[in-house]
Amino acid sequence: MSSTQTPSENGTRPSLLEVTDLVVKLPVEGQMRTVLDGINLSIHHGESVGLVGESGSGKSMTAKAIDRLLPPGAQVTGSVRFDGTEVLSLAGEPLRRFRRDVAMVFQDPRAHINPVRRIGDFMTEAALAHNLMSRSAATKRALELLDAVGINDGPRRLRQYPYELSGGMLQRVMIASALLTDPRLILADEPTTALDVTTQSEVMAILDDLRRHYEVALLFITHDLELASAVCDRTAVMYAGQIVEIRSSELLHDDPLHPYSAALAAARPRIDATSVRLRAVPGMPLSSFEAPVGECSFAPRCSFAIDDCRTHRPELTPLAGGLVRCSRAEDLRSTLAVVDD
Amino acid sequence: MTDQREPVLSVANLRKVFGQLVAVDDVSFELPEGGSFAIVGESGSGKTTIARMIVGLEHSTAGVIRACGSDRSTPTRSGALRRRRGREVQIVFQDPYSSLDPRQSVGDALDEVLRLHHDFDRPRREARISELAALVGLDERQTRALPRLLSGGQRQRVAIAKALAAEPRVIILDESVAALDVSMQAQVLNLLLDIRDETGVSYLIISHDLAVVRQLTEQAIVMKAGQVVEAGPTAQILDDPQHEYTQLLRASVPHRGWKPTRRIRTAT
Amino acid sequence: MVCAVVIALAALLAVVGPWIAPHNPEAANGADAWVGSVPGHLLGFDAVGRDLLSRLLAGARTSMLGPLIVVLASVMSGTLIAIVSAWRGGRVDAAIGSVIDIVFAFPGILLAILATTVLGVGLSAAVVALAIAYTPFLARVLRSAALIERGLPYVAALEVQGASSFTICVRHILPNLAPIVVAQATTIFGYAMVDLAAISFLGLGVQPPTPDWGVMVNENQSGVLQGYYQPSLIAGLCIVIVVVAFNILGERLYEQAQVRGR
Repeated sequence: MSSTQTPSENGTRPSLLEVTDLVVKLPVEGQMRTVLDGINLSIHHGESVGLVGESGSGKSMTAKAIDRLLPPGAQVTGSVRFDGTEVLSLAGEPLRRFRRDVAMVFQDPRAHINPVRRIGDFMTEAALAHNLMSRSAATKRALELLDAVGINDGPRRLRQYPYELSGGMLQRVMIASALLTDPRLILADEPTTALDVTTQSEVMAILDDLRRHYEVALLFITHDLELASAVCDRTAVMYAGQIVEIRSSELLHDDPLHPYSAALAAARPRIDATSVRLRAVPGMPLSSFEAPVGECSFAPRCSFAIDDCRTHRPELTPLAGGLVRCSRAEDLRSTLAVVDD
Repeated sequence: MTDQREPVLSVANLRKVFGQLVAVDDVSFELPEGGSFAIVGESGSGKTTIARMIVGLEHSTAGVIRACGSDRSTPTRSGALRRRRGREVQIVFQDPYSSLDPRQSVGDALDEVLRLHHDFDRPRREARISELAALVGLDERQTRALPRLLSGGQRQRVAIAKALAAEPRVIILDESVAALDVSMQAQVLNLLLDIRDETGVSYLIISHDLAVVRQLTEQAIVMKAGQVVEAGPTAQILDDPQHEYTQLLRASVPHRGWKPTRRIRTAT
Repeated sequence: MVCAVVIALAALLAVVGPWIAPHNPEAANGADAWVGSVPGHLLGFDAVGRDLLSRLLAGARTSMLGPLIVVLASVMSGTLIAIVSAWRGGRVDAAIGSVIDIVFAFPGILLAILATTVLGVGLSAAVVALAIAYTPFLARVLRSAALIERGLPYVAALEVQGASSFTICVRHILPNLAPIVVAQATTIFGYAMVDLAAISFLGLGVQPPTPDWGVMVNENQSGVLQGYYQPSLIAGLCIVIVVVAFNILGERLYEQAQVRGR
C-alpha cells in the first residue's frame, strides 16, 4: 500500500522537477509533427510519479525530453526546471552535471549495455568519466550497490560480460549503475516490461527499496496502470501527447475522473474474476499529430462524449485532489470507477 | 464427426531435449472439442516449444501428439499431409509486426490460404475473404491494405483471419495479445470469444498473463522449467493455487495495494 | 541522384556508343599517334593513331557488358545458394558454408588468370571466373538476410498452413530479399568493372584492337611516361566515374533496404 501523502502543490519545499508547457515536435518525412502537446508535470524530492499511456501517447518522449535525449531536429518549447535550473538550455559541463543527477533506466538493458565490455567497466564508467571518485572507490561502491539489488557475488559479476547474465540480472545491474552517481531523480522507461512477472516483482521491489533508502525521486513510465498505481505516489495518464489526468495513485485507481483513465482500467481482464465481455475501448490509440484538432482528443473513442466535447479542447483543470482534462469530469464524477460485475 | 469423447487435441508424455537442456519434460494434456486450454508459464518454461511441436515447427524427442483423431507426433514432408494438418491446427504468434508478409496485402494473404486449402473458384474466394474480414472486424479498405498501414491490433486481427481461413478445429494463440496496447487487447480478447461462439473452434492459449488466461480458458496447466507444476480448472488454479510456484506467480501480478516482494535468491 | 544520372548515361552509351562513334574505332593511322585535339577529332588520337573519342564510345559497350554478365550470373547463383542454405539449414547450410569459404579464399583476379589457362585468353574466360569469384560474396551477404527472413513468424505461419517450400521461398522470401539483392548487385557491378578492366589491362581479357576502357589504359600507358597523359587518363577516368556512381548508388539502395526492413 502506498500510504505516502503527496506534498501539497504549494508546500514549503519547491519541486525537484518542474515541467511547464512542454511541447515537442519531431521531423517525420519532412514534416514537423507534434508528439508532446503541452506537458505540465512536477515531481517532488523523493516522490514517485507514474506516467501511464498506450503507444504514441508520448510517455517515453516525455522522459527523453526531460533528459535531453531527443533525436536531432526535434523542436522543443516550454520549460523543464530541475532543482531550479532550466534544463532545456543546458550545454557542456552543466548538462553533464545534470545527467549525473538524473539517471535513466531503459526497457531493454541488453540494448543499452555495451556487450563487449565487462559489467564492472559499464557500472563505473559514468562515475569515472565525471571524476567523481577513484577507480577503487567506484568499484567498492559498485559492489555495495550490486549487493543492494540482490546480487551477492559482486566481485565475480563485475568481471562478467553482459551475455553471461539473464535479462532480470542485467536490469538489476542497470538500476545499480544508475544509482552509482547518487542521482536525485531516476527516469525509468518501462524497466520491467521485458521481464517475467516474478522478475518484475523483484525488480520493482528493489527499485522501490532503493528509492526510499537513498531518497531518490522516480518517474516511472509504464503501460500498466495497475503497476503504476501500486508503486507510485501519484499517477499521470497520458493520451495523444497530453496528460489527461494526474492524481494520487489511490484516487486515480479507485475513482478515476477521466473517461480514458477509467477505460484503461476497465479494459484489462481481471485475475480474480471472469467477465463475459471486456469493456473494450473502440478505435485505437492515437499520437498527438493524429488526434483531431479543436476537440477533445479522446472524444472520438469516448462513450461519454457530448457535442460540447467535439467543439473545444478541454484544459487540465483542478478537481478532487488532482488535475483532469475533461469538460464532463464534474458530471461524471464517481460514476466511472470499475464496478464488479 | 469424431467420437464425442475424443479430445480435439491431445498431448501425452511429450518431451523435448535441446543438447543438455530438457525444454519440455513429460507433459500431457487434453483439449476437449470447443474448449479452451491454457499453458501458463514464464520465459524458459517450455510453453512455446510445446506449441511449436504441435504445429510441426519442431521435432519432439519423445511423446505422442494427436489432433482430430490422427497422430502428428513428428513433422512430415508430405505436402498433402502438411496441408491437412494445417486444416486441423493453426497458430497465431505474438509479434503483430512480423506475423505478416510485408509485401502482401491482407486480401492476397487470405486468398493464398484459401487457395491452399479449398477448391473454391474466384468469386467464392472473394466472398469468403469479405466474410473473414468482417468476422475479425476489418473493413474493405483495410482488407486491401499492406500490413504496414495497419496498427498492431489490426495486424493481429489479420493473423487471426489467416488462421481461420484454413477452417481449423484448433487455434493455438501463442502470446497473441501480449504485444498489444491495453485497449486493443480488450478488443481482440472479445473478438476471440465471439469467434469461438460462432465457429466452435477450440483454443490452446500459451501465455504468461494470468488475467488473459482467466478471461479465455476453462482449464490450464502451469509450467516451470519444462515441467507441469499444477493442472486443473483455470479459476481454481488462480483463486486457490496449490503449488508454491503458482502462488508466487499469482502474488507477482500487480494489483491495488500490491507490494512487490523480494525473494531470498541465489543469483543465476 | 547524380549517380543515377551518371549510370543512366553510361547505360545509354553502352547501347548506342558503337553506333554514334564518329570514326572507325579500330582504324589506325600511325602518323596521327599521340596527336592531341584537332577539329573532327575532339579528344585526339591514341598510341597507334586511332580516334580516341570513337574508341571510348565503342568501348563503353564491352566495358559494361562484361560486368553486367558477371553481375547477372553471380547474383542469380548467389541468391539461389543463399535461399537454399538459409531454408534447409543444418548440414546443407554447413556444407555450402564450407565451399563458400574455400572459394572466398581466391581473389577474383587470380581465378580469372587461372581461367584463361583453361578457356584461353578473352572476355568470356574473365567473365566466367569473376562470376564464380563473386558468387560466395553475394551468397554470404544474402544468406544472412535470408536467415533473418526465414526466422520471421509469417514464414512459420505459412509452414503451419502447409504451403510448399518452393512457394514460401519464391513467393515470399525472395521478393522480400529483392531490395538487398538489387543493392548488392549494384555495388558488385562497380567491383566487376574494375576487376575486368584490370584483367584487360593485364592483357588477359578483351583483346586489342577491340575497344575497351581497360585495354585503352594499357595500350596508352607508354604515353604517360612520354608526357601524353590524355588517352590513358581519359579511359581510366571513365572507369572511375562509372564505378564510383555504382558504388554510391549501391550503398544508398542498401541503406534504403535496411530502413524498409525495420
